Amino acid sequence: MIEVRNLTKRYGPTLAVDDLTFTVAPGRVTGFLGPNGAGKSTTMRMMLGLDVPAAGDVLVDGKPYHALREPLRHVGALLEAKAVHPGRSARNHLLWLAQTNGIGRARVREVIDLVGLGGAVDRRAGEFSLGMGQRLGIAAALLGDPAVLLLDEPVNGLDPEGIRWIRTLMRDLAAEGRAVFVSSHLMSEMALTADHLVVIGRGRLLADTDMAGFIRRNARSHVLVRTPDPARMLALLTAAGIGAVAGPDDTLEVDEVEPARIGALAAADGLAVDELSPRTASLEEAFMRLTADSVEFRAADGAGR
Amino acid sequence: MTTFPRLAAAELTKIRTLRSTAWTLVLAFVITVAFGVGVSFYLSTTFDRLGAESRATFDPSDFAMSMVEYGQLVLVVFGVLVVGSEYRGGTIRAALAAVPRRSEFYRAKMFVGGALAFAVSELTVFVMYFGSQAALGSHGGAITDPGVFGAVFGTGLYLTMIAVISMGVTAMLRSPAVAIGTLIPFFFMVSNILGHVPGVRVVGQFLPDQAGNQIIFRHYPTGSVLGPWTGLLVMAAWTALALAGGYLVLRSRDA
Repeated sequence: MIEVRNLTKRYGPTLAVDDLTFTVAPGRVTGFLGPNGAGKSTTMRMMLGLDVPAAGDVLVDGKPYHALREPLRHVGALLEAKAVHPGRSARNHLLWLAQTNGIGRARVREVIDLVGLGGAVDRRAGEFSLGMGQRLGIAAALLGDPAVLLLDEPVNGLDPEGIRWIRTLMRDLAAEGRAVFVSSHLMSEMALTADHLVVIGRGRLLADTDMAGFIRRNARSHVLVRTPDPARMLALLTAAGIGAVAGPDDTLEVDEVEPARIGALAAADGLAVDELSPRTASLEEAFMRLTADSVEFRAADGAGR
Repeated sequence: MTTFPRLAAAELTKIRTLRSTAWTLVLAFVITVAFGVGVSFYLSTTFDRLGAESRATFDPSDFAMSMVEYGQLVLVVFGVLVVGSEYRGGTIRAALAAVPRRSEFYRAKMFVGGALAFAVSELTVFVMYFGSQAALGSHGGAITDPGVFGAVFGTGLYLTMIAVISMGVTAMLRSPAVAIGTLIPFFFMVSNILGHVPGVRVVGQFLPDQAGNQIIFRHYPTGSVLGPWTGLLVMAAWTALALAGGYLVLRSRDA
């Protein structure tokens, strides 16, 4: 369990992370979602005590990270930059990490088997493919059999097989009762793995919600209506108490109702209807809409500089 | 501190499992001993061709020990690599996530790096001394001659501190390339020049290597305001300063 409270990070005049508060709870995958540059990696580094916050704090199992005697037994992390010396073998990398936290050699062998690193374990990490490097990173994160896992963009650049492996692993780890906190800039990725979502933009918390709730609220479906007289259609709908807005090309986007009801309204008034189709917004669109302001803001900032 | 032994074991693993760090220690030994013994052997075969004055003032200990100048370069590289390897591939993030109390991390790293440098330096200077005296044949001296043991042992301390200063400076600079680019020119040019230019010479004598390297000679050739052991003490102060500076940077910077 990790509690992030009012976490803030400043780089010069820029607020990289702005008063973030959320909780990473056990037994579920929490997706940490935001556009590139939203402050996800900075937040995760602060959660690990690598970067010092300007304000706020992070508690891991009720304690600040640096107060943990054997932190690898509480939190396992896979950082975006792999954090492995290219000249050292995978086995030796895991070995020194294990030694710092009093973890035995037997566990090193165990995690090597667990992630399927087997044959490559004595090769130097610099010769690893992206996928093998990621497996090594996961092995390091699992060394202390931690209750919390922090994974920063774990599927970035992986092939489909690697992506599927990581997804399954995250689901399994959460099913074992662990708290899995995984960052991504892709909503589609989160939709497949996360139970809970923490969405940030420009360092600010935009949403902290369960996945189903996020879908309900943000991915609202509508009915697209095309008619020769949109203004008359809109008046009919409004009179019937149905919300609608003008869409592109003289269409109307009508709040989710039975299409038949819209058809009946039009028929009763003798209005022709050319098209009547239910549309489901994708989660990606919902995410884009949610973070659009923060992204535009950023672009405008950049242009002004 | 119960965690110290395990942190020290991890640091030893790190040094042992990188070719670069492990081999620089071997190289420091091989280069120094090879130079010392080789040049001594060469001198022993040509000793009679030296001028009368050179022969009269020849000191077998001073002659042999002056060869450490070549090995010390490798110890600078060792010191830089021990700390600098943390800054390759972002290893430092894994290290500090595993050991978040940075003072404990730093203490273990510096202790292990320093202890290894000490062991290898002393082994090197003593093997080199005995080897070169044997190679000098009838012109060689004995470890029991006045001041010789102190000079040889002290030279090992001097080499250790060269490595530890390099470790501290690298922790300040956080990059092996920048550290090498700073330390090698400093130790082998700037400091040497300042130590011999009239006017600034007295100041130059207080620079870490200039202060420390008088210990190498039983008879220091130039008039320095510092004696061999006070010089070594000045160097120890520099070493403490470099270690403190490295710690301050590690403590205050985001990883």
